[in-house]
Amino acid sequence: MGAVKPSNIRNFAIIAHIDHGKSTLADRLIEACEGLESRDMQEQVLDSMDIERERGITIKAQTVRLEYTAQDGEHYVLNLMDTPGHVDFSYEVSRSLAACEGSILLVDASQGVEAQTLANAYLAVEADHEIIVVLNKTDLASAEPERVKQQITDVIGLDASDAIPISAKTGVGVPELLEALVKRISPPVGDKAAPLSALLVDSWYDAYLGVVILVRVRDGVLTKGMKVRMMAAGTAHTVEQVGTFQPKPEPGKQLGPGEIGYFTSGIKEVAQTSVGDTITSDRKPTDAPLPGFKPSVPVVFCGLFPVDAGDYPRLRESLTRLKLNDSSFHFEAESSAALGFGFRCGFLGLLHLEIVQERLSREFDLDLIATAPSVVYRIHLTNGKVTELHNPVDMPDPVHIDHLEEPWISATILVPEEYLGSVLKLCEDRRGEQVSLGYAGNRAVVTYRLPLNEVVFDFYDRLKSGTSGYASFDYEVEGYREGDLVRMTIMVNGDPVDALSMVVYRASAESRGRALCERLKELIPRQMFQIAIQAALGGRIIARETVRAMRKDVTAKCYGGDVSRKRKLLDKQKKGKKRMRTFGKVEIPQEAFIAALKMDGD
Amino acid sequence: MQTNDLGVYVHWPFCLAKCPYCDFNSHVRDAIDQDRWHRAYLTEIRASADRAAHLGDATSVFFGGGTPSLMDPELVAGILDALAGTIGIAAHAEITMEANPTSVEAAIFKAYKVAGVNRMSLGIQALDDGALKFLGREHSVASALDALAMAQSTFDRVSFDLIYGRLGQTVDQWTEELSRALGFGTGHLSLYQLTIEAGTKFGETYAGAAPAGKDPKSGFSLVDDDIGADLFEITQTLCDDAGLGAYEISNHARPGQECAHNMVYWRSGDWLGIGPGAHGRLTTPAGRLATTQHRSPDAWLNAVESGGTGALSETPLDGAARLEESVLMAMRLTEGLSETRFTHQTGRSFENAFGGVLPDLIGDGFVEMADGALRTTAKGRLVLNQIVTRLIGAS
Ligand SMILES: Nc1nc2c(ncn2[C@@H]2O[C@H](COP(=O)(O)OP(=O)(O)O)[C@@H](O)[C@H]2O)c(=O)[nH]1
Ligand SMILES: C[S@@+](CC[C@H](N)C(=O)[O-])C[C@H]1O[C@@H](n2cnc3c(N)ncnc32)[C@H](O)[C@@H]1O
Ligand code: SF4
Repeated sequence: MGAVKPSNIRNFAIIAHIDHGKSTLADRLIEACEGLESRDMQEQVLDSMDIERERGITIKAQTVRLEYTAQDGEHYVLNLMDTPGHVDFSYEVSRSLAACEGSILLVDASQGVEAQTLANAYLAVEADHEIIVVLNKTDLASAEPERVKQQITDVIGLDASDAIPISAKTGVGVPELLEALVKRISPPVGDKAAPLSALLVDSWYDAYLGVVILVRVRDGVLTKGMKVRMMAAGTAHTVEQVGTFQPKPEPGKQLGPGEIGYFTSGIKEVAQTSVGDTITSDRKPTDAPLPGFKPSVPVVFCGLFPVDAGDYPRLRESLTRLKLNDSSFHFEAESSAALGFGFRCGFLGLLHLEIVQERLSREFDLDLIATAPSVVYRIHLTNGKVTELHNPVDMPDPVHIDHLEEPWISATILVPEEYLGSVLKLCEDRRGEQVSLGYAGNRAVVTYRLPLNEVVFDFYDRLKSGTSGYASFDYEVEGYREGDLVRMTIMVNGDPVDALSMVVYRASAESRGRALCERLKELIPRQMFQIAIQAALGGRIIARETVRAMRKDVTAKCYGGDVSRKRKLLDKQKKGKKRMRTFGKVEIPQEAFIAALKMDGD
Repeated sequence: MQTNDLGVYVHWPFCLAKCPYCDFNSHVRDAIDQDRWHRAYLTEIRASADRAAHLGDATSVFFGGGTPSLMDPELVAGILDALAGTIGIAAHAEITMEANPTSVEAAIFKAYKVAGVNRMSLGIQALDDGALKFLGREHSVASALDALAMAQSTFDRVSFDLIYGRLGQTVDQWTEELSRALGFGTGHLSLYQLTIEAGTKFGETYAGAAPAGKDPKSGFSLVDDDIGADLFEITQTLCDDAGLGAYEISNHARPGQECAHNMVYWRSGDWLGIGPGAHGRLTTPAGRLATTQHRSPDAWLNAVESGGTGALSETPLDGAARLEESVLMAMRLTEGLSETRFTHQTGRSFENAFGGVLPDLIGDGFVEMADGALRTTAKGRLVLNQIVTRLIGAS
């Protein structure tokens, strides 16, 4: 593999909503270019994590280098970049797109535009991409290519007149698409003689190779054995292996301008590499790092606790292993009176949180309790200092707080007209501010500004149930705004239950508090003593419920033949004890807290 | 105080019909070869006698079931003779028999008396025909009262059982029923709140009615906590007023009329278990043993006939187990758990065993110390299971 002439390279990404056929199309493209023997297809191309596949989201960028002989007889290298498909990873998406010159906007010809299509299409427009609109699944009788074309023009504002109809399933239209890639997407430009500058697109841990770094070379040449410097990280490494994905890793000698490939250099942890960093030559560094580098910052936090306290070491080990491959995930030890020992974890967003939780339970077989997700608040203290709050428990005394700020998002929701009412109500209930409301055929496109704090609290579930699952939702963090926020504490017989503390909007505190107290009242079994459940803002009680003392718990009959049985029952009770948390004189089963954490919003 | 009492429990595992609430080791058979059972009991008694040789004469014998009143009087006589001839039966030993009040003839009560029985406990269960039907009983109120009259004219000591907390039962109904029961003048009454046990017909029928938070499979009641507590409280009041105060959670007696045999259980004394599924507790030079016999009637019979004993297991009770049993049983008694006896049985003082929880339990008015014993207060008695769990949890 020598360096390829940039004029014969085309770098492109596929942008699509879940299930619109991105993976299927990728398979067809690979097949068409015979990148793989068809029998290898199954294990190689689709060799991504189960959860990714089930949800149709990619967490890691993946690339395939395809060799294509065009109708003009020229040989081209087509680099297909598979981008993470969700906004939680929008920074990662933007870096993947930055590595390409064009995108395929793939839209299901019967489903039409969805929220994710929209968000990612805008990212592609921002990246100055040539966008090829492709209508998929035209083999289906329900396909309405003309309607969807119109929708793309109306909603996204893209000219869809030369959209290419295909069926990723049957392969119809794929040859036309390949020609369009070559003709319409610009070749990369770069100076081979300039100092090396390459974009770090992604990195992951490979059991054989160590950390594999995916790069797009802008200028210069990345060669085996050279010493490279990561400009943001400030570290230098010697390139051990350099190569491309075809789609298996194929080692070569170098990567030239416009090329996408990987290198390894004995790095042990992905945490040492940052997506968006510029890689240059250590000896002859570039003086212009690539634009747009941003360190990854968690947006949503929650506590993860093992249901069985004995699983704590295993949880730590599992989190450490996850972190090996996911530098955007953060965790630190936390202990809670209600839930025992666990970890405070930070995520890029709600989906990221869900993915991590699901992987922990599936891959590592851990039974976990997650506390209510919380966003990162900015606390402006009266002494002028500003701190970040990741855990409601750490909220300083209100007398030291001047004001609080919370993150706001811009949310785009697409929904069939008949459900619009319920979506608008939900957004209004959650302190939303409408930005725009338009129509794309019989679907409404709504944009709202919303506090993220209201969205992490069962917003998805509400949206889904209110629209029979027909709404699609996407969001982007916009920035911080001052908010009238307070910490609500739940107390059992006067002792605060740390796991149930939350930061809430003052006006909704009372209803939230009342709902939580009522729910706990149902969940906490009666005991020898009356139990007071209270919701408090600082010292002020805003809701109160009482679990009356149990009146009777005595076994009617106990004779000589019953003793052994009763003793066994006691032993069982003693074992169950471990799951009890003590608050003063009362013991509350951990399940009550878990159930309370699962409760609905209002 | 060390009890020198030795109880003998004899289990008869057959009944005419199986009651829907009953989880006892009781079985319905078309025909029972009483001679064969007779031989087996005698064999078993010989085998047991060796184990109890060092314990002195039996101070009580209890024929339980099942329905022991289905035993031929000769069988009862044979068993008592065998016991007297091996272990020995003390002169004033209490010899109780459980009887079902189906149409019994006066003659059979006399025959049991001749055989040596001196205390009769009748399973009357309810004084309402509808309730008896609900409880699946074979007898009517009328036949129960006949049997009671006959028993009272035959034996000096008579007790009967009632079950309350039946479906839909109100405090008023129970007040009337219990007042009537107290009017018959027996010296002893056992008053049980109906408990739905797993594996019974009621268990299947009512499992769905289990209150939230309770294991739906076992141990719950058909009336809710509040009514259950009200029924329990009115029971205490009515019995106290009639001079039959509670000496145990569900047992009431005029002073001196307490069931000596059951007191052995509650004070964690020694007793021999004879017959299918009978449990025993024996203090031996090697420590305290828990013994069990084969549970199913056929297995027991075969074991005795082929091996000379129906014994199934003999498990030494360690300190923790002895402590648990001691607390579990004695706290049921109105007299409570005597510290002297507790220390003798477990080698520990109250302070050492319960120091962590006792001050709170006393302070909150659930238990009290009196006459060298730890006992429940009226308030504590209602939540005894919680108290026991805490005491044992602390130890
Ligand atoms: N009928 C038909 N089904 C398709 C076509 N392309 C993809 N599919 C199906 O649509 C579903 C989602 O496709 P997939 O490639 O996994 O979507 P992704 O989530 O965008 O990667 C799968 O069941 C595919 O078999 C097509 O052209 N026609
Ligand atoms: C050893 S039992 C059976 C004695 C005798 N076979 C009879 O049924 O009359 C003794 C007493 O326990 C009580 N009992 C049995 N099962 C019960 C239950 N599930 N709940 C409450 N009391 C019960 C009944 O009052 C019964 O008379
Ligand atoms: S008669 Fe007594 S032992 Fe027999 S089944 Fe009924 S309750 Fe159980």
